[in-house]
Amino acid sequence: MDLYQELILDHSKHPEHAGLREPYDAQTHHVNTTCGDEVTLRVQLDGDTVQDVSYDSLGCSISIASASVLAEQVIGHSIADSLKTYDAMHEMLTSKGQIAGDEEIIGDGVAFSGVSKYPARVKCALLPWAAYTDALAQAGVDLNNLTTGSEV
Amino acid sequence: MPGFDVETLRGDFPILQRTVRDGRPLVYLDSGATSQKPRAVLDAERAFYEQHNSAAHRGAHQVAEEATEAFEAARGTVARFIGADAGEVVFTKSATESINLVAYAFGNASAPGDLGIPGADPAVTDRFRIGPGDEIVTTVMEHHANLVPWQELARRTGATLRWIDVGADGQLELSTLDDILGERTKIVAFTHVSNVLGTINPVQEIARKAAAVGAVTVLDACQSVPHLPVDFASLGVDFLAFSGHKMLGPYGVGVLAGRRELLEAMPPFLYGGSMIELVRMEGSTYAAPPQRFEAGVPNESQAVGLAAACDYLSALGMDAVAAHDRVITRAVLDGLAERSWVRVLGPPDAEKRTGAVAFVVDGVHPHDVGQVLDDSGVAVRTGHHCAWPLHRACRITSTTRVSFGPYTTLAEVTAFLEALDRVPDIFGVAV
Repeated sequence: MDLYQELILDHSKHPEHAGLREPYDAQTHHVNTTCGDEVTLRVQLDGDTVQDVSYDSLGCSISIASASVLAEQVIGHSIADSLKTYDAMHEMLTSKGQIAGDEEIIGDGVAFSGVSKYPARVKCALLPWAAYTDALAQAGVDLNNLTTGSEV
Repeated sequence: MPGFDVETLRGDFPILQRTVRDGRPLVYLDSGATSQKPRAVLDAERAFYEQHNSAAHRGAHQVAEEATEAFEAARGTVARFIGADAGEVVFTKSATESINLVAYAFGNASAPGDLGIPGADPAVTDRFRIGPGDEIVTTVMEHHANLVPWQELARRTGATLRWIDVGADGQLELSTLDDILGERTKIVAFTHVSNVLGTINPVQEIARKAAAVGAVTVLDACQSVPHLPVDFASLGVDFLAFSGHKMLGPYGVGVLAGRRELLEAMPPFLYGGSMIELVRMEGSTYAAPPQRFEAGVPNESQAVGLAAACDYLSALGMDAVAAHDRVITRAVLDGLAERSWVRVLGPPDAEKRTGAVAFVVDGVHPHDVGQVLDDSGVAVRTGHHCAWPLHRACRITSTTRVSFGPYTTLAEVTAFLEALDRVPDIFGVAV
């Protein structure tokens, strides 16, 4: 199966930056209503930089691994760069297998390219990202002026 | 297999001949969500459209007469199938609508003003009036369709919702029933068969105790009518709801069976054409049941398709369908019991359940289990199966569920178990 690449299984078994930490600027809680999976996610910003992302993820291997890769890719980066990563992940995940993803931009996120062929699982992979962008908005980030224009 | 030859029967279901995921035979174990449909049902719908299509109960022409006859004949077939009178069968769009119909009838009866059903027995209509201090009783094992409408009715009317818990054995804790039921109980809404646990509930016992306190009983029969012989008259409930698409019939048609005495005194839910007696600008009165509850041009082709599904199941014999289901259920339970890394929900005894087996693989999320099964061509459902409170009561977020139809084979059970054996390896679970 091209869905469960080693990177995804590794991240799901040993999620990076997992757990909820203090301090934080905003916290969100997103639910996948079809299966009841949940993620609680916190962001802590320092000026234009994402100082920390912490999370508690209750879900399938895809959503846990996605939260892990998200944290790995955005912590210590600028908010603008993190949103570019989000855009690239979103573009790849919704491409129905047409876009492989650029490792330069999304790092281990390329392991999720197989997910885009399974429409029911795209939501699992996007769940932590939706929680993240929502948390940024709640922390006062103007997403419209930072993203490259794809839907949030 | 007793009663009918499953391999021959499978030839009646075109979709069962197809392959999925790079040429693997489709092993369809998701009939609890929706069943597959035999050619006889598809043909009946098409024949209705090609030969009799017209708006039933309207039109001064031959085709309209034929459409009306076909629709009413379908009502008769469905009524016979569940042991009800034709006048007790209301066609809805779904079981969900059937249950909402009863819930909204209660709400409408409780609002002030004339109900527009002048011939109704006021004492019976009073049974549909509900307000603060009254209680609605349901259970933790309900599908959301037999829970959320009652939560909302309680919210709108000020009534209180109470519920019967589920024990660790996957059965209702009926020892609490005598404490929960009382003179304040207006409604007891419960399921015949759990769509997750497969548990068959003792309907007659609950119905008898509910009747003793004067409560109206509403039975969700979505998971029983496809799998068991169901006789509305002898079950002793006041209302019984089920959907067509889970019992080999088409989408877009459900049934509400109601005791005639109650239907006659119950106000409508949906208002408009077809369901009226007299309409004046100052107000309207409403038709006798079942038309009172069938506003708008009815879902004729779907009702005809559902009748064809009833005929198909009757020809198999519901006793034989139930016996077949037990054989499949037992094979699944036995197979899963051999796998120490699998935990099955619900009664371990195949005699106490029907239609479905839900389970968890410790350490692997059901979505991931389902994905591996799908990769082998085995179609199952994962998630909370619209029974979130039940999963919370079992202290799990979701399960993997295999569910069956009369076309399910023992070879498919084997294919499922073999596919399931891939899971520990992929996700590193100790076996």
